[in-house]
Amino acid sequence: MTEEDTHKTAENTEPSKAEKKEKVGPDGLTKKERLQIKRHPMPEQAPEDRITNFLSVVFGYTPEMAYEEAQRCLDCPKPKCIDGCPAEVNIPAFITEILKGDLEESYRILKADNALPAVCGRVCPQEEQCELTCLLAKKGPVAIGRLEQFVAEYMLDKYEKEPPKVEKIIPTKEKVAVVGAGPAGITAAADLVKMGYEVTIFEALHKPGGVLNYGIPPFRMPRRILNAELASIEQMGVDLRCNMVFGKTVTYEELLEDGYKAFFLGTGAGLPTFMGIPGENANGVYSANEYLTRVNLMEAWDFPNADTPVFVGKNVVTTGAGNTAMDSARVSKRLPGVEKSYIVYRRTRAEAPARNEEIEHAEQEGIIFKFLTQPIEILRDDKNWITGMRCIQMELGEPDDSGRRRPVPIPDSEFEIECDTLLVAIGQRPNPIAMRSIPGLEISKWGTIVVDEETMMTSVPGVFAGGDATVGSSTVIMAVGHGKKAARAMDAYLSEQR
Amino acid sequence: MTEPKPNEIVFKKRLSENTVRIEVVAPLIAKKALPGQFVIIRVHSRGERIPLTIADADAERGVITLIYQEVGRSTYALGELEQGESLHDVVGPLGHPTPIENYGNAIIVAGGLGTAEMYPIARALRKAGNHVITIVGARRKDLLVMVDEMESVSDEIIITTDDGSFGRKGVVTEPLKELVEEGRADFVITCGPTIMMKFVAEATREAGVPTFASLNPIMVDGTGMCGACRVSIGGKTRFACVDGPDFNAHEVDFEELMMRQKTFCDFERKSLDLWLEEHPERAHSGG
Repeated sequence: MTEEDTHKTAENTEPSKAEKKEKVGPDGLTKKERLQIKRHPMPEQAPEDRITNFLSVVFGYTPEMAYEEAQRCLDCPKPKCIDGCPAEVNIPAFITEILKGDLEESYRILKADNALPAVCGRVCPQEEQCELTCLLAKKGPVAIGRLEQFVAEYMLDKYEKEPPKVEKIIPTKEKVAVVGAGPAGITAAADLVKMGYEVTIFEALHKPGGVLNYGIPPFRMPRRILNAELASIEQMGVDLRCNMVFGKTVTYEELLEDGYKAFFLGTGAGLPTFMGIPGENANGVYSANEYLTRVNLMEAWDFPNADTPVFVGKNVVTTGAGNTAMDSARVSKRLPGVEKSYIVYRRTRAEAPARNEEIEHAEQEGIIFKFLTQPIEILRDDKNWITGMRCIQMELGEPDDSGRRRPVPIPDSEFEIECDTLLVAIGQRPNPIAMRSIPGLEISKWGTIVVDEETMMTSVPGVFAGGDATVGSSTVIMAVGHGKKAARAMDAYLSEQR
Repeated sequence: MTEPKPNEIVFKKRLSENTVRIEVVAPLIAKKALPGQFVIIRVHSRGERIPLTIADADAERGVITLIYQEVGRSTYALGELEQGESLHDVVGPLGHPTPIENYGNAIIVAGGLGTAEMYPIARALRKAGNHVITIVGARRKDLLVMVDEMESVSDEIIITTDDGSFGRKGVVTEPLKELVEEGRADFVITCGPTIMMKFVAEATREAGVPTFASLNPIMVDGTGMCGACRVSIGGKTRFACVDGPDFNAHEVDFEELMMRQKTFCDFERKSLDLWLEEHPERAHSGG
């Protein structure tokens, strides 16, 4: 039997036990041999080095490491990994191409389902998605995310040196408007332009990328990756316009008059939540959004070469334990003058919503974690500067309706944390400007845009939405999945209307 | 004639040593701008985002008027741009427009550069049928801005200077208190230095005259995503960029606002000093 035949057998018929054991892939390994290979660790900057710079924490797999890791994949007949992926990326297929040495094909397979593979490789919570459903999850899943990162970045680097000829697609179909150049909008735009639509993205900020630009620090995702992903959609012919606030600079009615036939709202969850405790307007208290926007988008880490400043003192406290909180605490650790960076969270580590790797990296970098701690008041001096935070110790009490043990305050356990900078990272909700400007758009009580789960269409015909604007603060891959679904549904809707 | 580029400065005039008036190409903004709204600009690619009030908008020509004072790096750098050059980024119109109705006697209290913001508001109030009484104040004569324009849209105008170099010697609250006592104040709107607005609020509090202040906190994004501009209004936190910039002056915590405005003082000074070192010809100036 040839290798090809072996694959066909695996896909089309139930192989016998003997056949299964002997199954070999393009690299000639048997399943037994694959199971012997241990999951390859990611080479990283040492913690004491990386807290002095904003360069990428991870170095990425070398081609040799990637090949060895790819060999661990069993190429299951019924791949569960795909089920775990919100964008249904054909994981076994892209991994097989690594083994065949065809990285260009591997990248093409990734891009077929995921518009932003280089981003997702770095920021997806794989441990909750593909790597959780991987057959080897318990022993050590295939490092799918790292492989995705490897392939995507290898190709981006290659394209930087030898830019591929990306054909500008001549639009043959209707004008569509995408609001927001974040992951959901970028994905929808990329898919729609390939289908032949005339696509314009309206972005409120002066730079595109949304949370990929203002939220995620460069040490988690270098900007060159984002820029490369954005460049390719513009090359395809998407008209990306910044400094356009939908609902203020341009309105829904105007765009309809201008001939736009369908809309996709990818306006994200960019409205910061404050704790609502006394003293929160003290100097030195930031929403994580403001802090990260100053550092990441406005490059305040490079002040005074960049004009925007960011104030940080010696003792920085971040409240919250999601990715935004980890990013805030870790950015602080890297800024000059900061001695201690704390995370204060009312629940335990097990319940912290952040990506596992980010919590681990934060711990390695010396972030001090104070779990089961609830802030109750911010203390300020007579010039309105924060001097500290009063907190109360919590303990896990009775389970609530969701079955989770609720944290309850321990009486008389108040204490103070000395701090001169406070970053509030307890959550972000959708920004209302764009959505409130469309008459009849149904908005849920949590401020999210209500959409049909299958088509991503809102209560207004022809207006679709996806990403954080519809589900609240979530992940990049979720936004990518929504953008894809919406593009398909918009195409169906517009085809019907023709 | 070549088409003007977006964000191009098509007119520039120095009104005093550190006060500049420019007209900027921004057709979409000019079409929609209403009195009280503002734009956020960046002067160059690594510049900071700063808010500037839209002092006027010409929808036909597609230009907006901005009047600014050179106080820090960004405004000094903006002052270096000449006619024909462009701002790097301009976004707007942002904020809620001022509520314009026929209140009766509408008093405008404008301090220093706040006059630029009050101009379109005064004009709109007059158009709505109000009897517009404008009080314009500055420390000295050369810091008075847009007096002629204000005169043209007001039924009465009172000018005050701290040092008496022009108009009435004293502060803006004195003529305001007189008007309040005479019962000639049905609506007051003020814009200028925060401390001035605080005293304006005090001058009308007892008489209960509806008074609005156009607040000027630090801003970063201007669309409600960061909270840098948060202010305390009646004990509640509001974002000036989306809930304001006008607020009921009797509910504003001006003390907190003034302290919050000082958050980046040291950085601002350092940044400006570095800029002045690179531009020694401007170093002697300063308001």
